[in-house]
Amino acid sequence: MSVQTTDYTVSEIRSPAAFIASRVFIYGALVFWAFVCLFPIYWTITTSFKSAVDVTQGHLVPFVDFQPDWKGWRSLGLSPDSIFQTSTVRDEFLKRFMNSVITSVGASGLAIIIGSLAAYGLVRYRYKFAWFRNEDISFFFLSQLILPPVVLALPFLVLYREVALLDTRIGLVLLYTLMVLPIVIWIMRDQFNSIPVELEEAALVDGLSIWGAFFRIVMPIALPGMVAAFILAMVLCWNEYFFAALLTSTDAKTIPVMVASQTGSQGINWWSMAALATAAIAPLAIIGIALERYLIMGMTAGSVK
Amino acid sequence: MAEQTSTANAWPANPADLIPAGRKRLGWGLLAIATLGLLAIIVVQILYKTEMSTIGFDTWRPVIYAYVLWGVALGAWQVLTRGEDGQRALFLLPALLFTIAMVIFPTLFGFYIALTDWNLSSFTGRRFNGLDNFWQMLADPYYRNALFNMVLYVLAVLVEYVIAFGLALLLNAQIRARKFFRVVFLLPLMLSPVAVSWMVGKSLMEYRFGPAATLARHLGWENPAFFSDPITARISIMMLDAWTFIPFMMIMLLAGLQAMSREVLEAARVDGATAWQTFWQVTFPLMLPVSVTAVILRIIFKLKLADIIITLTSGGPGGATDSVSSFIYREYRDRSNVGYGTMLAMAYLIIIVVFVTWLLKFASRFVRNVN
Repeated sequence: MSVQTTDYTVSEIRSPAAFIASRVFIYGALVFWAFVCLFPIYWTITTSFKSAVDVTQGHLVPFVDFQPDWKGWRSLGLSPDSIFQTSTVRDEFLKRFMNSVITSVGASGLAIIIGSLAAYGLVRYRYKFAWFRNEDISFFFLSQLILPPVVLALPFLVLYREVALLDTRIGLVLLYTLMVLPIVIWIMRDQFNSIPVELEEAALVDGLSIWGAFFRIVMPIALPGMVAAFILAMVLCWNEYFFAALLTSTDAKTIPVMVASQTGSQGINWWSMAALATAAIAPLAIIGIALERYLIMGMTAGSVK
Repeated sequence: MAEQTSTANAWPANPADLIPAGRKRLGWGLLAIATLGLLAIIVVQILYKTEMSTIGFDTWRPVIYAYVLWGVALGAWQVLTRGEDGQRALFLLPALLFTIAMVIFPTLFGFYIALTDWNLSSFTGRRFNGLDNFWQMLADPYYRNALFNMVLYVLAVLVEYVIAFGLALLLNAQIRARKFFRVVFLLPLMLSPVAVSWMVGKSLMEYRFGPAATLARHLGWENPAFFSDPITARISIMMLDAWTFIPFMMIMLLAGLQAMSREVLEAARVDGATAWQTFWQVTFPLMLPVSVTAVILRIIFKLKLADIIITLTSGGPGGATDSVSSFIYREYRDRSNVGYGTMLAMAYLIIIVVFVTWLLKFASRFVRNVN
């Protein structure tokens, strides 16, 4: 997706006026939608620096409308003046944050490992388990995508209680792995398909085993695809709410659950709420902006041939 | 390891008779021991839980460990008895065993729960009651309402598709700062829907001071309450969900646009087609396969819609915004009604499977390379 050079053919520029009109329309629409995308984020971040009056009067621009203040961040124990003091809220927040990190990284990692292996097998070899062939197995994996979380939620609630996995991070990791596995397999199948078979054949002739060829030759080539799948899986796991809300209570609660449970007895503390929301979306926003290329690669895998 | 050089056409079969009989026996022995061990633990545990014996474990967790060990033994058996073919099977086994354990068993268990009267907060415990839940479901107006809402929510995908297509066209036009706009447009997808719906739904769209409400007042809507009457509340939920997921479709469509050959567009232009004609007669038909894939994937995600509704309206006002998932969620959270909730979920699963199967059939007319 490189930026194309702007070479206008003659017919495209019908008249200067029409050209300018179309430019104005295009950039107007672009700026409008950029505003739609950014304003909620701007609102969230600025609200975390507001006091109650500034929120209820709908002040928008810092330093002009209102005087920014660390109030929201102080209530989280993350403002400059409170960061070195002990804060139970911060401990709580950091615990939830770590839960989120561990579950989403763990689940994405596990899904990448077993998903890549399966995708590679399905692309390169012919299988036959009883009457199931490759197409059936692929379909079995991909069909998990349509399974709504709510179908599994209640059985898992009961089963997890029986196996003592309720409110544990392992339990969440297993469920999230299941949730992202079809997507990982979808992306990785596309990746392995694009690698020429000749490479592995040469490796096998040189005396590598099947698994040796996979680890030494195929994996390095497919690494960008794995990164793409990993990031997409990360995004889905980090933002997951449904399972986390049902299956965790004290120990394994993740950030989205913490965000959603912030209604106090005397209304909502907007500043601390906004600070929490900012902290919840910041990691992924940063990862997303930095690794946007991979995200796009993951999302477009298999859709365009 | 079989001492064989695999050449180009050696993928399918490797002579199995190269493997010594002793090794095969070892493999079978291993599998037999593992299977017996797994079964033994299950039996012991069942006897213990039904109080027919005193030996056993407090939880069922050892059964999971036994299953994992059994999986390892299964892999070893494959390699030992089938050599290189077994090594190939090893690629697939982990994912297969994992998915089967995590999906098939809970789903079957779910179908059983669905046929019981089981309320976690009552003392009577689980009681088999046949199809009672099913009849109750058919008479439940709130469930029907939730299903009807799902139809509306799925239809909203078409509007999202139009917007996403427009954005993809904009990004594909000859513009400056394309990368900047692409990152910005992609941003909503990465943000936690729960956090965003809190900040947007509860403060930005707040009736008294929210900037969105203020803007709406300026635009002439005198009473901008976004979540108080059923129709506006539904539209608000749709908008919030669209905000998150439009980038997803947009990126797929953009990739489709960029993969389109320039020659076709040039040819249309040379033939004197206007931009409007070019779009409807060249771009749109060529984009149909990508469009169908994007819309179907989006519908599949839409059918899971729950978190925004749970956090923002909890189904209100009066169940008007409920999706099936959020309704079942509350059925469990507020009433601990596991049996009935599971019946609703299972019915929903069947509806979805039928619907998506039909959708894929219908779509396969447009798309050839989707499975």
